[in-house]
Amino acid sequence: MAAAPDTPLQKTPLYDLHVELGARMVPFAGYSMPVQYPAGLIAEHRHTREAAGLFDISHMGQLRLVGPDAAAAFETLMPVDVIGLAPGKQRYGLLLDDEGGILDDLMFFNEGNDALFVIVNGACKAADIAHIQARIGARCEVQPMPGHALLALQGPQAAQVLARLSPGSERFVFMTGGAVQIGGIAAFATRSGYTGEDGFEISVRADDAERLARLLLAQPEVKPVGLGARNSLRLEAGLCLYGNDIDATTTPVEASLNWAIQKVRRTGGAREGGFPGAARVLAQLTAATGAAGHLDHDTLTRRRVGLVALERVPVREGTVLQSFEGQDIGQVTSGLLGPTVDRPIAMAYVATAFAEPGTRLQAIVRGKPVPMEVSTLPFVPPRYWRG
Amino acid sequence: MSIKYTKDHEWVQAEGDAPAVVGITPHAQDALGDVVFVDLPEVGKTYAQGEVAGVVESVKAAADVYMPVSGEITEVNEALRADPSLANSDPTGAGWFFKVRLGDAGQLDALLDAAAYDQFSSEN
Repeated sequence: MAAAPDTPLQKTPLYDLHVELGARMVPFAGYSMPVQYPAGLIAEHRHTREAAGLFDISHMGQLRLVGPDAAAAFETLMPVDVIGLAPGKQRYGLLLDDEGGILDDLMFFNEGNDALFVIVNGACKAADIAHIQARIGARCEVQPMPGHALLALQGPQAAQVLARLSPGSERFVFMTGGAVQIGGIAAFATRSGYTGEDGFEISVRADDAERLARLLLAQPEVKPVGLGARNSLRLEAGLCLYGNDIDATTTPVEASLNWAIQKVRRTGGAREGGFPGAARVLAQLTAATGAAGHLDHDTLTRRRVGLVALERVPVREGTVLQSFEGQDIGQVTSGLLGPTVDRPIAMAYVATAFAEPGTRLQAIVRGKPVPMEVSTLPFVPPRYWRG
Repeated sequence: MSIKYTKDHEWVQAEGDAPAVVGITPHAQDALGDVVFVDLPEVGKTYAQGEVAGVVESVKAAADVYMPVSGEITEVNEALRADPSLANSDPTGAGWFFKVRLGDAGQLDALLDAAAYDQFSSEN
């Protein structure tokens, strides 16, 4: 979501460092953010896949939900098992509206001591906090954390870098974390990220952010990486970008995020339903899994899929998809030439009948048909560290 | 020999009666970033000035390439099609896009010279 033209862009605590590093700054989620550094998008993308990239994601929203009822309360907003998440662990979540549309996707972490640490998208954070406050503000304390920056250190060499500066951090496995000291700087790290690589997201006080970023960039494995490469990395990893691939017009099942709905919240589960839009979402889930004995295309009319172009033509967001008979069957929501897979890839919503991997269809690019094939996601194998 | 520029960030180099050579400017390739794809016009086809004759795409963006002058396409750069990064590494040399036989050589006079283009691109 772009800021209104008359709204001055906000700066993250690393703004001056980005400028010093020669970044090209662009407006994103109301902030002036580095889209790329002088190395360029493809070099930054490859460096993240081969070594370690440092990303400033301080535009994202950080907040804590505190109180003995916080987990149970937060669970009423998402089709996700919040109560069952053990202390020290992190999980992916989806805030839904009353029709089951996705208000935002997020990560939440159980700090123990009746506190959840939540990271939401930058463009959604004000609305998310208002929504959470309105729905569950009476059951727990909602504490926004505007005084904190967020860095991501991503890539196969991220763990060795952090272990050097924060001995013991290597003990964290994927989707766990805790309080750390990094070169003497107090921070909170989780072993997670949005690139498909091993790595960490590091929350740090805004006052310490530049010192931490400079310390990480001083390590020989680490180079700065901009939002451009973050986008190509996440698309190759099959991860949704809120506002492109998911929004309030898409439900979790349409978005093929069924894996984010734990069994305990599904039909027949111990805490079945009880989230906004549950009737619609659970009916779609039943349709998607063929529990009725067949795929129910009326209840679930479309699904998010991965697509690979069979010609070397990038297929971008907004591109119309057709069957070979010329019937419109969907639309691309993200697409680019993947620097690692070295071919055009995309995410799209297609009619359920066209959603099976291997199905061929055509994208209409500048009036010309480009053949594409439905692919499994992710496009590159994830390299998360699971111990 | 003269090189002229458009406000759409193309350059066109004309010499005598030979077909003019067209490409995108160093400023344009810098703004786009790593070029990964080009769509080139059809050889033999005639385009009017300002018509979309091709596309240049980086990982993050796509931009149309406009005809800087009216005329018939006589040749396209197949090497660029095979290696679009030539548009970054040598935008005014090996990264040329196409050649056009001018329909109206007078159109060249109305394009920007190097000094005017530099000023325009620094303001845009």
